[in-house]
Amino acid sequence: MTAVIELDRVSKDFVVMRKKGRLRRERMTVAAVDDISLRIDTGELVGYIGPNGAGKSTTIKMLTGILVPSSGTVRVVGLDPQRRRVELASRIGVVFGQRTQLWWDLPLIDSFDLLRHVYRVPADRHRANLRRFVDLLELEPFLHSPVRQLSLGQRMRGDLCAALLHDPAILYLDEPTIGLDVVSKARVREFLAQVNRDEGVTILLTTHDLSDVERLCSRLVVIDHGHVIHDGTVAEIKTMFGDTRTVVVDLEEAGPSLVVPGAEVVEVDGPRQWLRFRRSEVTAAEVIAAVVGQARVRDLSIEEPDIEDVVTRIYTSG
Amino acid sequence: MAELATTLHLYRVLAVAKVRADWQYRSQFLLYMTTQFFITFLDFLQIAVIFGAVDSLAGWSLLEVVFLYATSGMAFYLGDAFISQVERVGGYIKAGTFDALLIRPAGTLVQICANDFAFRRLGKLLQASIVMVIVLARLDVEWTPGRLVVFALMIPSGTVIFSSIWVIGASITFWTVDSGELANTFTYGGNFATQYPLDILGTWLRRFLTLVVPTAFVNYFPALYVLGKPDPFGAPGWVRFISPLVALTMAVAARAAWTGAVRHYRSTGS
Repeated sequence: MTAVIELDRVSKDFVVMRKKGRLRRERMTVAAVDDISLRIDTGELVGYIGPNGAGKSTTIKMLTGILVPSSGTVRVVGLDPQRRRVELASRIGVVFGQRTQLWWDLPLIDSFDLLRHVYRVPADRHRANLRRFVDLLELEPFLHSPVRQLSLGQRMRGDLCAALLHDPAILYLDEPTIGLDVVSKARVREFLAQVNRDEGVTILLTTHDLSDVERLCSRLVVIDHGHVIHDGTVAEIKTMFGDTRTVVVDLEEAGPSLVVPGAEVVEVDGPRQWLRFRRSEVTAAEVIAAVVGQARVRDLSIEEPDIEDVVTRIYTSG
Repeated sequence: MAELATTLHLYRVLAVAKVRADWQYRSQFLLYMTTQFFITFLDFLQIAVIFGAVDSLAGWSLLEVVFLYATSGMAFYLGDAFISQVERVGGYIKAGTFDALLIRPAGTLVQICANDFAFRRLGKLLQASIVMVIVLARLDVEWTPGRLVVFALMIPSGTVIFSSIWVIGASITFWTVDSGELANTFTYGGNFATQYPLDILGTWLRRFLTLVVPTAFVNYFPALYVLGKPDPFGAPGWVRFISPLVALTMAVAARAAWTGAVRHYRSTGS
């Protein structure tokens, strides 16, 4: 396998001014990314996760040539993003979930045509790519509608097409499923898996949605406070940290904390209590049975840990 | 040269897209065009009013002053139409959209200027061009080849000088977001000052417009030559011919400023 992305001991420091006294301000250096080494091979589909402010965006910005690292070396498709930003730009595709790259007031198809000029894609190749992606993403029904009239899901599909028309070797996705409904999410995931499998596009995605990672990624890189704190398969991380479930019960009336073997009450809010347990130790049925034996339950639900939880647990345990 | 052709092509494609997007809101578009045209006309009226009260201004006749007005106007509004949008870069930085420019395989300057191209600004250019045609028809100048060449270079040089000031002003914005007004002082102020003969301004302002923000080279010095007028301040004769050189120097400075600004952005992310 050949590496498409290589980070070697990369750090990025920002200088921030902090108030100190009435007029004096103090210069402080904050490391957003601290000594990260990472290698991603051609065709991998990697989830890059971590809490807000962990350094995810900063890493992506260094990989796309937006930001220059303070130290260390970055190579993307063999290029130094710092010196060869423009050349690199035509080899990568970028999708920001919260911000569209399409021309707001023009029909969707016009954005694709404009991008052909921006990326200087030969006309026949553009036509072939466009036909393929329009089919795969089912863009035809709204291809001639102004982007501002599209739903969030439609726009995301349009953005995905726009990011791939110039045959990039790498696709960076920042929160690609944010705000999408279940159907649109599934569609986007299916498309990404397909592009990765059939076109051999290497994909690096950041997300807060653990189900994105579960369904899509073969590999998971977790970052916190600028450090890589876990790098491995999704299965690994799930058995290590994603094993807990929480039963949320609404009791008829507020009472003392329940006592359930194998589970612990982590929060009490009036008649509502949260009981956390490990699936490997007890089953949800056992926990619920124990609860029902002690109090009258009006409602209950089971919560899976979200990515923030998992990351926090990994971080605190590491 | 190939690079320039690609850049111009990209500018045209993106600017046409912007015009088509603006055309979605037609009535607003047309209203803007019309008002801009009349606002500029009021500028011109102001000069006519001054000459209603006096016959000449520091030895310059009405037609000669109108010639200054038209050359400065054309140069300024060419820059205004095609480059001045760069002053919006502060907004890009604040909104985080400057990043989106950096992930595209094209220069950031051409993308900003073309993305924010506003067709309505051509209204002012049209107005200045009409004034130019009228004044050329009526101005009593003996058109020697030398004068023709100097005249032909006035507007391109002036456009580059004004545009460079805009770019340098926008570059400063990278360090001090919200300093756009500073650049405006030099561009709009420079345009206003060059509508009148430099003679009526005080010494310090005159020096400032010659040496620091060289808008005097947009029209005043070359106009002295084209119109065959003596320089009341006795500047060396060659000063009348160096506007293209001044423009080139400004362009080099503007390019360096912009490159430095983008480098600063890429190292600090803000």
